Amino acid sequence: MDVIAGFCSKWLRKTVLSAAPVFLGFLLSGCALSDAPVLFPKGPIALAERDLLFTAFAIMMIVAIPAIVLTLFFAWRYRKRKNGGVYTPDWDGSWIVEAVVWLVPGAIVVVLGTLVWTRTHEFDPYKALVSDKPAFKVQAVALDWKWLFLYPELGTASVNELAFPADRPLSIEITSDTVMNSLMIPALGGQIYAMAGMRSELNLLADGPGVFTGRNTMYSGDGFSDQHFKAHAMSESDFTAWKAKVSASPDVLDAPAYLELHKDSTANPVAYYSATEAKLFDIILRKYAPIVGPYESEAAELICRGNS
Amino acid sequence: MLGRLTVDALPFYSWVAMGGAAVTVGGGIAVFLLITYLRAWKVLWTDWLTSVDHKKIGIMYVVLALVMLVRGFVDALMMRAQQAIALNSEGYLPPEHFEQIFSSHGTIMIFFVAMPFLTGLINIIVPQQIGARDVAFPFLNSVSLWLTAAGAALVLVSLVVGKFSQAGWTGYPPYSGIEYSPGVGVDYWLWALIVSGIGSTLAGINFIVTIVKNRCPGMTYMRMPLFTWTTLCISVLIAFAFPGLTVVAAELTLDRTLGFHFFTNGDGGNMMMFANLLWIWGHPEVYILILPAFGIFSEVVATFSRKRLFGYTSLVYATACIALLSFTVWLHHFFTMGSSSNVNAVFGIATMIIAVPTGVKIFDWLFTLYRGRIEFHPSMVYTIGFMVTFVIGGVTGVLLALPPADYLMHNSTFLVAHFHNMLIPGALFGYFAGLNYWFPKAFGFKLDAKWGIRSFWCWFIGFYLAFMPLYVLGFMGMSRRMEHYADPNWQPYLVVAAIGALCVLAGIACIAIQLYVSAKTWGSARDITGDPWNGRTLEWATSSPAAPYNFAVLPEVHGLDAFHDMKLAGEAYRPPQKYEDIVMPKSTWIGPVLGALAFGLGFAFVWYIWWLVALCFVLSLVCVGIRACDDDTDFVLPAAEVARIETERLAQISPADLHDMRDFLPRGAASGAPLPGTV
Repeated sequence: MDVIAGFCSKWLRKTVLSAAPVFLGFLLSGCALSDAPVLFPKGPIALAERDLLFTAFAIMMIVAIPAIVLTLFFAWRYRKRKNGGVYTPDWDGSWIVEAVVWLVPGAIVVVLGTLVWTRTHEFDPYKALVSDKPAFKVQAVALDWKWLFLYPELGTASVNELAFPADRPLSIEITSDTVMNSLMIPALGGQIYAMAGMRSELNLLADGPGVFTGRNTMYSGDGFSDQHFKAHAMSESDFTAWKAKVSASPDVLDAPAYLELHKDSTANPVAYYSATEAKLFDIILRKYAPIVGPYESEAAELICRGNS
Repeated sequence: MLGRLTVDALPFYSWVAMGGAAVTVGGGIAVFLLITYLRAWKVLWTDWLTSVDHKKIGIMYVVLALVMLVRGFVDALMMRAQQAIALNSEGYLPPEHFEQIFSSHGTIMIFFVAMPFLTGLINIIVPQQIGARDVAFPFLNSVSLWLTAAGAALVLVSLVVGKFSQAGWTGYPPYSGIEYSPGVGVDYWLWALIVSGIGSTLAGINFIVTIVKNRCPGMTYMRMPLFTWTTLCISVLIAFAFPGLTVVAAELTLDRTLGFHFFTNGDGGNMMMFANLLWIWGHPEVYILILPAFGIFSEVVATFSRKRLFGYTSLVYATACIALLSFTVWLHHFFTMGSSSNVNAVFGIATMIIAVPTGVKIFDWLFTLYRGRIEFHPSMVYTIGFMVTFVIGGVTGVLLALPPADYLMHNSTFLVAHFHNMLIPGALFGYFAGLNYWFPKAFGFKLDAKWGIRSFWCWFIGFYLAFMPLYVLGFMGMSRRMEHYADPNWQPYLVVAAIGALCVLAGIACIAIQLYVSAKTWGSARDITGDPWNGRTLEWATSSPAAPYNFAVLPEVHGLDAFHDMKLAGEAYRPPQKYEDIVMPKSTWIGPVLGALAFGLGFAFVWYIWWLVALCFVLSLVCVGIRACDDDTDFVLPAAEVARIETERLAQISPADLHDMRDFLPRGAASGAPLPGTV
């Protein structure tokens, strides 16, 4: 047994000594972290959400640091030893200590609670962003396992690629034509669930042109790991060129094409549609409405009944 | 005849799955052969499986938990290995297998490790701590155990026959609905939850009644040890929260099996109701797991600081506050579902309020250390490790309680790191502390301290290595439950996390070695007095292991640290004037048989074997009927026999074995002077 014990403690020491610097190295190198979208966001919403995170973290250190430091200090200071420190075995309460440990965290919660109330309202993902330019509207549909983006303003659609003018707020209406998903572009801001038959909303803004990763964060099945896309915030000229590229696509997202797209696919390549079925987003929402039919169009009939 | 059960259910689809099945079957056969070899079947059946003695039931719960801990941990190790290598590749696990693993890991760790572990410790200790001879309903206790075991068996069998759920341990519909998960996996998950959930509910009710009705004379509510208080609080939580789980699982079962539409995409189903109902159970569940550990920490910290517990009243109120508030915060699990700002903000604030009583507890333990004389027994080391680490988890928890911050961190590995940061130090470290602390009470000899300390360091370091990188990965935008990924920046962190998992593996190995070494050298570590640590509460007044009746004469309590006071007054180990006959519950075969029938019922339901469902159901009713008609459920242990056991025990104790109570004399310059704020 002693052999195993010796081996174990040696092994342990070795693990600690070798793993700790490696781990610290990763943390400090920063080369990887500078890409961390949550720490270095690319839009005012994500920045404000991050700042809230940092502020709350800093405020909580008022309690957390003393708790950790005092635990270690007391454990060391009052360890059992010969002729060791003061020992008061019957001391079991103090109004002063109790008042401090209830009231200080209480006060911190009052501060944080106020922050929660104001910030939650301020950064309501449904709230339209204030801007001198009108928001660019996009409709996002979660499918297995890809994202379909409809551009009602342009009458076009794209799969697994989102493009929008960088100088306009982005206003996304979200639904799902499959299981529950969650749409997130971490560099621009938080996420919101996509649910069948329901419409949720996300309002985001980019600081300037750039390419950001977006994805479904809610586990949804076999293709989940590959269900990510690039979101392009584009300058005016780039966006014009992109619009032209999409309009030149020979593909049209009519009802049969949508049914084809609706089939399961993993790592679906980027696709463009120069035109879509009218009110496609509403039809997809309607598919799960409690009361069905009669449908206003043949396309709606096909989409709502065709693939169930 | 066999419903949808065919030969295709066997795991011939992948080598990894085959391996898992082989280990499960092999383990079962090995245990079977070992028991046969030792000719222990009869003893096992009469002394253990059919026993209604709360101490034996407790031990069986803990054994179940430790076995399932190994199984759940293998899942964790496989996930860490997969993510460490799966950069732009499939790794070694296909998605459908990876999904089963993360689903079973969560399910097993919550329902079949944490729940039986804490229920086991409660079973062994609480009746002794309140000076009772048994729980209020000993037979019900046996039924609870066997229903829990039946649930665990369903999860284990899913590895061999069919597949487990791929929908995650929370099983959100519509993904877990029949349309998207047509196989048997989700049904296995549901029936494991339903069967074990009923067991937990019954255990909760049992302990409410036990603590309210069975306390010994003089033990008022405010003289109950903290572990008993936390048990009372979580028993109330269990009784109110678990029915929620049972209902939501039953509704999903109706959706899947009978074509109902509670949570389906269309036809009026509403998946948001599932999230609400699940977390109305799920959030109290977090505190059900953590509060008993808080109770254990409270006992351990007072014993090994050699001091009275600081702020007892405060700790009791904090516990009750947490229990109450735990029902008011469930929505923080889905801030991103699109609730209005008012709703999100209210639940965010409610969540933060819980941090206050929790913080108070940390500081009360901290001031128990203050001016103590601390001994670093493994249970104490686990406690200190918990206090330091849990604070970090608390901080990240409050961060997630800020709805706008949660929008960024939800569903990310930051969330995964957070809840492991709560449950590993907050629950598991507590149970391990309890294992080290109360093991002598259950078995009559002490656990090897050296290996206990080693297991702590492996767990502690392993925890940090495994989960700190996940916090960082959350900032880098990594979602949970990813089978592979494309961002090369993530890989180094995932490799470190995998090393952390290996370190935890060493920690589990240390516990196994600790048990082995201690069992081998048990003769030299025997606990003759029943009080190996100079304990303060009543469970140390009984012999180790305690006699079937715990207390020959029910003790009378005058203060919080009842046994400590008895020792100080010289009243401990004093034989009573006279012994009396003691009425004891008889062992019964109905508990294990009901468990087996519940397993059969769940299994038959999973595979649509309707005749077996009906058979198991009818037989269960018959069993309950037999028990209900049985008036001969007790036996009398004659006073003479009690006297013999007690005399034998007291004769073994020599004065040299007893603790020197002069150790508790104050010491140091300021010991005479009152401390600030002292009443």
